[in-house]
Amino acid sequence: MKHLLGIEGLSVAEITKILDLADTFAEINTRPIKKVPTLRGKTVINLFLEASTRTRTSFEIAAKRLSADAVNISGSTSSTTKGETLLDTAKNLQAMAPDVIVLRHSSSGAPHFIAKHVDAAVINAGDGTHEHPTQALLDAATIRKHKGKVAGLTVAIVGDIAHSRVARSDILALTKLGAHVRVAGPRTMLPVGIEEMGATVFERVEPAVEGADVVMMLRIQLERLGGAGLFPNTREYSRYFGLGPRLAATLKPDAIVMHPGPINRGVELDPAVADGARSVILDQVAYGVAVRMALLYLCGGGASSAAAEA
Amino acid sequence: MLIEKRELLDQAGISRALKRIAHEIVERNAAVGEVVLVGIRTAGVPLAERLAAFIADAGEVEAKVGAIDITLYRDDVFEGLPKPEVGTTTLPGNAAAGKTIILVDDVLYTGRTIRAALDALMDFGRPRAVQLAVLVDRGHRELPIQPDYVGLKVETTRQQSVKVILDGRDRAVLREKP
Repeated sequence: MKHLLGIEGLSVAEITKILDLADTFAEINTRPIKKVPTLRGKTVINLFLEASTRTRTSFEIAAKRLSADAVNISGSTSSTTKGETLLDTAKNLQAMAPDVIVLRHSSSGAPHFIAKHVDAAVINAGDGTHEHPTQALLDAATIRKHKGKVAGLTVAIVGDIAHSRVARSDILALTKLGAHVRVAGPRTMLPVGIEEMGATVFERVEPAVEGADVVMMLRIQLERLGGAGLFPNTREYSRYFGLGPRLAATLKPDAIVMHPGPINRGVELDPAVADGARSVILDQVAYGVAVRMALLYLCGGGASSAAAEA
Repeated sequence: MLIEKRELLDQAGISRALKRIAHEIVERNAAVGEVVLVGIRTAGVPLAERLAAFIADAGEVEAKVGAIDITLYRDDVFEGLPKPEVGTTTLPGNAAAGKTIILVDDVLYTGRTIRAALDALMDFGRPRAVQLAVLVDRGHRELPIQPDYVGLKVETTRQQSVKVILDGRDRAVLREKP
């Protein structure tokens, strides 16, 4: 595996291999000395041209626990604010010979574009409204950990499906692994043709979460709405599509509640549910480090991993 | 392909060798009272379990069993293709600090595996002592590492390989290119 650009290009065997490896790396995070020397001398550049706390920190910790040197570049401190193009930024970074570039960008396809122009392995940490593959892999790992499997489970994804790269990657990953995926949200936030990805569409949240094993709540991506009025106001959204105690009481007794973060408390998720017994939200964050360690291990191999591709 | 040249140890021979090593471990560590036998994945793990059973038979010393995976500590992890599978490491209490650890492996050759295992072990704390038990020592060390307990020492050439098979019809065989 050279790059990780999306779930779309991964086979079921590759996804399973990454999840198995993540389980192994999860053990390292429980040790008194949480570090192995595997990627000593390798350089990982975290190029985050869009806001992020969880994903960037997670990649940085993952790189450091594998003994790689991690360098962080964020949008506001980079030369892109001076008008440098993405291609020039990528070429300049390549000149410093990194082994892995982790890219988050507000444009869909940005990682695919720079992968063509750099020798380093490229990992997509979220590109526009397209994909967020590492989030989908850590979601799958968390589900597998709590339910023992993914195949045959019913997973309801609720919220702004149209603008959510997490929803797209999750639908791709979970259906590949054999789960039944339902999506629910205001009609204005359900993209046309989402059924073709293998998801069942619901326009109301109640039937979507009924009998589901996993309920994944998504944030409304106000930064991507461009001021368009896709719903009247957050109070009304919360009333019709939020997960509060009353709706949570109708869930299957062993259903788990997930959220990729950041949570808008009181909008899509009531604090009582976010902090409740069903919530595995912080397990998702914990698994994120292990999944990203697995990906850095698989992609960060320098010459030999490139040779494996050829 | 490698073909089998001769049998170094048969089932009874392996059993005898392990019993003798178990007695040596008891003799040397009786004052300690507790040791942890840590098998190096994958072949060292069943050997560590068998040694623990023989040590338990002898009494005096309490032997716990663990397993260590050295993949992430190898010095050639990015040289071979495809990328090595990573296994799990399990130590009793998830700690090595203060314990007497006996690393167990099937064949001792260059010593690089043991170097990696020592590094992996140290990440679980500072052991009281580390000893090394191997079923077969075939020579050709590339690092200053020597075993404390040896089942069988055998002269080999670098072109040969030594394989320990534990499938019910246990044996250790010397193989070489035809």
